Formats: sequence, C-alpha cells, structure tokens
Amino acid sequence: MMQPAARHEPLLRVDNLVVEYGLGDKTVHAVSGVSLQVARGETLGLVGESGCGKSTLGRAVLQLRRAKSGRVLFDGEDLTAMEGEALRKMRRRVQLIFQDPIASLNPRRRIGDIVAEPLIIAGVKDDAERKRRVREVLAAVGLDPELVANRLPHEFSGGQCQRISIARSLVLNPEFIVCDEPVSALDVSIRAQILNLLEEMKARFGLTLLFIAHDLAVVKAVSDRVAVMYLGRLCEVGPSEQLFARPAHPYTALLLQAIPVPDPDVRPAESVAAGEPPSPIAPPSGCRFRTRCPQADQRCSAEIPELREVAIGQFAACHHPLA
Amino acid sequence: MTPPLLTITDVAVELPTPRGILRAVDDVDLSLQAGRTLGIVGESGCGKTMLSRAILQLLPKKAKLSGRVMFDGQDLVQLAPESLRRLRARDLAVVFQDPMTSLNPVLTIGTQLMETLQEHLELDTPAARKRSIELLAAVGIPAPEQRLAQYPHQCSGGMRQRIAIAIALSCEPKLLIADEPTTALDVTIQAQILDLLAREQRRRHMAMIIITHDLGVVAGRADEVAVMYAGRVVERAPTPMLFKRMHMPYTEALLAAIPKLETAPHTPLPAISGRPPDPTRPLKGCSFAPRCRYATSRCREAKPELTSAEMADHLYACFHPIKMAEGIGA
Repeated sequence: MMQPAARHEPLLRVDNLVVEYGLGDKTVHAVSGVSLQVARGETLGLVGESGCGKSTLGRAVLQLRRAKSGRVLFDGEDLTAMEGEALRKMRRRVQLIFQDPIASLNPRRRIGDIVAEPLIIAGVKDDAERKRRVREVLAAVGLDPELVANRLPHEFSGGQCQRISIARSLVLNPEFIVCDEPVSALDVSIRAQILNLLEEMKARFGLTLLFIAHDLAVVKAVSDRVAVMYLGRLCEVGPSEQLFARPAHPYTALLLQAIPVPDPDVRPAESVAAGEPPSPIAPPSGCRFRTRCPQADQRCSAEIPELREVAIGQFAACHHPLA
Repeated sequence: MTPPLLTITDVAVELPTPRGILRAVDDVDLSLQAGRTLGIVGESGCGKTMLSRAILQLLPKKAKLSGRVMFDGQDLVQLAPESLRRLRARDLAVVFQDPMTSLNPVLTIGTQLMETLQEHLELDTPAARKRSIELLAAVGIPAPEQRLAQYPHQCSGGMRQRIAIAIALSCEPKLLIADEPTTALDVTIQAQILDLLAREQRRRHMAMIIITHDLGVVAGRADEVAVMYAGRVVERAPTPMLFKRMHMPYTEALLAAIPKLETAPHTPLPAISGRPPDPTRPLKGCSFAPRCRYATSRCREAKPELTSAEMADHLYACFHPIKMAEGIGA
C-alpha cells in the first residue's frame, strides 16, 4: 500500500535530464530535457518508436549512461552525483531487465550461478544463504529450482530465459526495476505469461517499475500511468486509461491509430502516418514532432512546447492539444 | 470460377537436425486465387516461413520437400532450376522481414533496381533508369532520382523495406510473398508499409501471401487466413468468418492472449500455458492438446484432420470445435 508520506515524495524523480553522445564529430541528442516521476508502488510505462531515446533514458536513470545535465533522484538521493561505492550500494536497490533474454544470460554459466551473481557482487559470502535466495526467486518466477539450477541457458526457450532474467533481477530484493522491452522478443502466447508474471512479482515484492516498450497495448496492460516519448522529449504523460481514451498530443493519437487491430470490422485507417522521424543528430526546432504533425504551424517551429496539464493528471507538450 | 493461381497439395518439409528429423511443415494444403490475399499466421517455429520457402523453392539444401506446388499451371517442385529462376524473378516475388536479406550492401539502389529490370524485362539503360525512378516514386520514396545513387546503409529501415518492395514489384509479379514484412519496423512505419502493399496489390491485381505472427496485421488486410501450429494448418477461413467464430481452441487462445487497447490496466491476460511441442518429437495426437483446455483423451490419441462442418470454406482441425451451432462437431 502507498504510504501517505510517499504520495508526496516519489521514489524516482527525473529532473530535466539531458543525455547526448558523440557520433564522429556530430552529437546525438538522445534525451533532451526529460522530467518525470514514479511513485512508490507505481508502474510508469514509457512508449515510443525506435530511436526516440526511451532505452537511453532507462539506462541514464540507472547511471549506466551518465547524463550531460539534469538530476535523477532515487528515494531523495541524487544518483547523478554519486560515484564508486555509494553508487554500487544504491544499485542493489535498482535493477534492469533486458529485451533479449537469451543474449543477456552468459551461455557458459549455469542458471544457479547466473542468478546468484548479483549476490556475490553485493558481498553475500554465505554460500547456503545464496543458494536459499536463488531457490526462492527461481520458484517465484515459476521454475523448479532443482531442475534448472545446474543447466545452461541454451537448454531453455526464450520465455524461460526471460523468467531466469527476472529471477536474477529479483535476487537482491530491489525496490525499483527498469524493464526495457521485456516481452518484445517473445511470441504472443509466451508474452502474456511473462506480463502476468511481472504483475505478480510486482505485487508480491512491492516493486516500482519503469516499463519501456514500443507496443502501446502491452504498456497499457501493466501501467498505471504512461509517458509517450518522441525524438528525445516527452510528448504526453497521463493515467493509462485516460491517455488512451483521450490522447491530447497528436503523436499519441497517431500511434494509437497506427496499431493494427485484430478485428476485421475495424478497417485500417489509410496512411495515418506521414513521413518518418527525423534524425536525433539534427532534431527540428521548436516541437520535434512538427515535421509529421497535421496541426503544425509557425509557432510550433519557433517555440518549444512545455508539458502543460490538459486534464486532471494528464500533461501534453503541444501548442495545439487535441480536445 | 477460374482455377487458382497457386495450389499446394500435401506439402511437407523435413529437415535433418542433430536431434533427429524435424518435420517443419506437415501435409499442408492451400490455394490462392489471382488478386487475393492470404494471411498465414503462427508463432515462431510453427512452420510458416518454411512453408513460404517451399512455395518459392528456396529451402535449405538438406531439406526434403514432398507434395505439389502448382503455380500458374506448372508444378514448381518438378521445374528445372533455370525455368525456376526466371519464374522467381518475374512472376513470383518475395519481401523478407529484414530488407538487407535481399538488398546488396555494396551496390547502389539504382544498380540493384536496374539490374533486375535489364535482366528480366530486357530494358535498355535509359528505360531501366526511368522505370526505376517510377518504381521508387510508387513506393513512396521522396526524391527518387537522388536515391538511385545511394547505398542501402544510407536509408532508414522503413526506406529499405520500401526499396525491397520496389525491387519485388519491378517485374510485375503475379504473386508476392511478404514474410513478416513489417516486424522489424516501428508501428507508424508498419502502417505505411502495409498500406503500400495493399495499394500496389489492388493496382496490379497481384495475389499476395502475408506471413505474420500478428493476427492484427491480417485482420484488416487478408481475404483469407490460415493459422499454423506445429507445422500444420489448424484453422483456415475467410477472414471475417474466422474472427467471428473461431473453431480451433488455439486460434481463440492466441487472440485472447494479445493485450488489447480497450482492456483496463492490470487485467490478467488469458495466457496459453506451456509452449509448443518439440518439432523433432511429434505427438501422436493433436499437437495443441497438451496446452488446450478442452483436450480429452481422444485428442491425445489421434490427430484431428482439417475438416469443415457448417461452412464449406471454414476448415479446422479439432475434435471439440468451439462456437459451433448445437449438434454439429463435438
């Protein structure tokens, strides 16, 4: 349950985060001034197309990529200012689950050792204690510890490997997990199993999640609130139901229209999406979506739209939000 | 009614693996009329890609193919390699999931397009160049003349797929096989590419097979859908009929497992438990039986044939079909 005090102090607060990296003599503007908050016990979904900076943002939150400017406050402490031992200690409380479940497991190591590794790094010296924790988390993700601990990753399917990755991320009892496209590489029938598992684990271990994905329906299935990202900036943030029912940003509306619906009575809207995202090396001035936006005018190229509240709890960065 | 453009009968593909023979495609029958679209849907390993390779006669060398693939009056299985090569270039085209499978990274886009046109349509260089520009414009490439001098790596993923489609369409094929054409692309680009394929198909009266794992992709765009599971077609029907009344429990479970936009957050998804069977260890009964909530001992003992009951063109392979009128099936 959410504590009354926690309501005011989010577990994660990202302030005006900027992440850039060099590409030859050019600069990729991957994340350009993103602010967001995740309350304790909440799942914030982060959606956007490839290259929008959503994975970079996730990694910058965990300090796996250092920001150029801005702050990442976790439980009140600024991670961007931390280094060395302090940062390592903090990392036990925050974990990451990757997209490719097979590539993220060392093929030469046994499952029991893979899942135990974070414990070793964290300095848990007692072997019996480590074994006990590994058994616990493997059982929690629906695997039989006796059957899997001594086997190698290649003996498992993609879905099972993702269960193992989830077990590994849980072994240190973290408070916060960044899930970066955790089901994109899985088949539909397996995807549903893993989404259900993540929801179960979240409830059971009282987790807070940043759930990054490109699939809006997948994001909605698990998220309390959703943030939509385009070319390094947030377009819109709001409660899931509200955002999907009444998108205020034209980009959110475009994404929703473009999804193929598994119902032959819903005719696909002809060419809803014009053009392609511009390069993050030379993003457009003003609103970054303006080059593809049907509503764009002079003001959109001159002035960067700020996130403004358009409905209760729903914020859009648009000069001409949809009614 | 005119005979179908494509009829495949009893097609089976077997692949030798270290673990034994893998029966990737298991006695599949399908047909497709000119100008129509067939969607083949299934999860990874269900045999949908191997089936498309069997139609194209592009199977791995070690694969063993049996059955008949009648295309435009000829059995492709019996055709000489040279005739097959000519046929594949002109009448039978393919678009892959990764456009770099078919694009050559060290040749310019212009060279690749013009090469095809000069070889198969015997156009001279200026005519091939003119036609290339028209094709690139038709698939929605801005400034097509400048693109001709560029290499594939200078284009985005969506642009590369458009170029691969332009090459596939260049010789006016009678059948286009699109194997997961939009899986590697973002959703807004996916919509554009699917629109493009549909538009070109109508314009050219071309038949098309869309192979995908996404029921959403075929729902609005295929005339008929075949659902594959463990190498077999387990249900096949005209698209509206299929979505209205799924008879095969696998099809129903697959649709139910997709997260829907209209569902409230945190609603548990009706997941399919377990996973598909090991294709090197075929089951005696129905392949879906171990994961099926309607399965009985009969399903584990015998393989249900693909049959129809109420509607002649709605086929399913199940002893306990769902959503049937009283007294039929079961």
